[in-house]
Amino acid sequence: MPDLAGIVIIAAVGMAGYWLFPDNLALLTRIVAVALLVLSIDLVTGYCGVATLGQAALFGAGAYAAGIACVNGMTEPLTLVLIGAVAGAVAGLLMGSVMLRAHGLAQLVLSIAIVQLFHEAANKASAYTGGSDGLSGLMVSPLFGVFAFDLWGKTAYLFGLSLLVFVFIALKFVVSSPFGILCRGIKEDPIRVRAMGAFVFPVLLKMFAISGAVAGIGGALAAISTQVVGLDSVSFELSANALVMLVLGGLGTLYGALAGTVIFMGFEHMVSAINPFHWMTMVGALLIGVVLAAPSGLSGLLGTISRATTRGKGGRG
Amino acid sequence: MSPLFRVEGLTKSFGGLAVSRNISLAMSEGERLALIGPNGAGKTTFVNLVTGQLRPSAGRVVLNGEDVTGLGAVQRVRKGLVRTFQVTRLFSDMTPEEHVTLTVLQRQGRASRILGRFHGHSEVSDEVGAILRTLGLLEVARRKVGEIAYGQRRLLEIAIALALRPKVLLLDEPAAGVPAADTPRIEQALESLPPSLAVLMIEHDMDLVFRFARRVVVLASGEIIFEGLPSEVAADAKVREAYLGNYAHARSVA
Repeated sequence: MPDLAGIVIIAAVGMAGYWLFPDNLALLTRIVAVALLVLSIDLVTGYCGVATLGQAALFGAGAYAAGIACVNGMTEPLTLVLIGAVAGAVAGLLMGSVMLRAHGLAQLVLSIAIVQLFHEAANKASAYTGGSDGLSGLMVSPLFGVFAFDLWGKTAYLFGLSLLVFVFIALKFVVSSPFGILCRGIKEDPIRVRAMGAFVFPVLLKMFAISGAVAGIGGALAAISTQVVGLDSVSFELSANALVMLVLGGLGTLYGALAGTVIFMGFEHMVSAINPFHWMTMVGALLIGVVLAAPSGLSGLLGTISRATTRGKGGRG
Repeated sequence: MSPLFRVEGLTKSFGGLAVSRNISLAMSEGERLALIGPNGAGKTTFVNLVTGQLRPSAGRVVLNGEDVTGLGAVQRVRKGLVRTFQVTRLFSDMTPEEHVTLTVLQRQGRASRILGRFHGHSEVSDEVGAILRTLGLLEVARRKVGEIAYGQRRLLEIAIALALRPKVLLLDEPAAGVPAADTPRIEQALESLPPSLAVLMIEHDMDLVFRFARRVVVLASGEIIFEGLPSEVAADAKVREAYLGNYAHARSVA
């Protein structure tokens, strides 16, 4: 098992949140759902070097697919998560096959165009999505037929946390597989990868599908836990915020995605309570501080510190 | 006997500017050929045309009797037409071991597997170890490429190429930028290349060319002006002119 210690820490921090903040489980569940979205961006941006500002299209695809399935009588939560994953993967394939035709700035602009198109499609197809009112009235069955989704969000949070840990373990295997190493190679030099006899496009497309499945699971979790799906789940704003969280935490480690999400959303929650008018300014200041002090994100900063301390103990750097 | 590899009438022009003109040459198994010529003669363009990074305006590339002109760069590599780069193209945060392992897995069709391990295949690591040992890279096998010497990076370029088990290997200035003290190491690596492999080497270091090549082709202004034994090349009037005089013309082609 790769990174057993890290996975134990994630589960422990998650459980600590459960015990320490029993009144904020809805927020914590939202953090878990967004963390899945940020992880999905790390796959394409951190591991493949494809920057995207439209990833919420895949999150929203999962959320709407699970929501629509639920109001049509498919209420079993694990099935809904699966539906979200499949919808996200299909949306990921679609997004990848468009975005990968372009490079650099044009690629980034395409990602924005795609999320805007998804947003508009969700808005117009109000018969299925509820349009700007959102899709409401999701009645999810108890998990395994036993654990009902309660008013305090205990079941939803523990369900979400388990999903996150499960997805994280799966992704650790993905990024350390031959496929994951090949993606890192493509990120650094696609011409070298081709000269090694490997095609680039199908590899990146595959990562887009995996990334879409992860974002879709996040979207399905958001739908199940809040029992509504709104247009904000497929917005440019969510996409951009999620990318900022990733940069905050650090790219290409998976841990950075989680840390960035928790810090960004936790900080946002705290300062918006302290100062409801200027909290965005504080978040902006935090971001500027991190980017100036630790350009490779918080996980990069931790890596530098841990390397410095091992060197100090006489270890080989 | 039909040659292992040949190009026929290879021509490339950008707009009205011809950078490769009607180049034809053939190589047989075990060949050691040096391609030389003044700066801007079109040597790297020739490698790019042969390996599929560039599409020729006219002409054919034939490997093992099969016309590969219509194939892309990736398929040509899979058929055994492999190159190294003049300026090393490596993954700076990966180790030499990872580079060669990835290449071997790719050759075996396992590089894009999600459900699979990268490390721990004993037959792969044996092969990777053998390649790295041949090139003297074992002691840096687990250091990041960003931290190893430039000469070692050049050797890693060759290691990656060998891991693809090529039939024809095109070395684009394998000793370029390597400190003089490390050149013998590169030369040693060139001598240890598999005897049956056909090797075409672009090189400016004439000592290296004379020791390595059994045949020399001189390219100037995008066309072949000499083909023959290394001992004859220095005496050839056209070659002397290409290197010493007529630079204005050479530059217009650069």
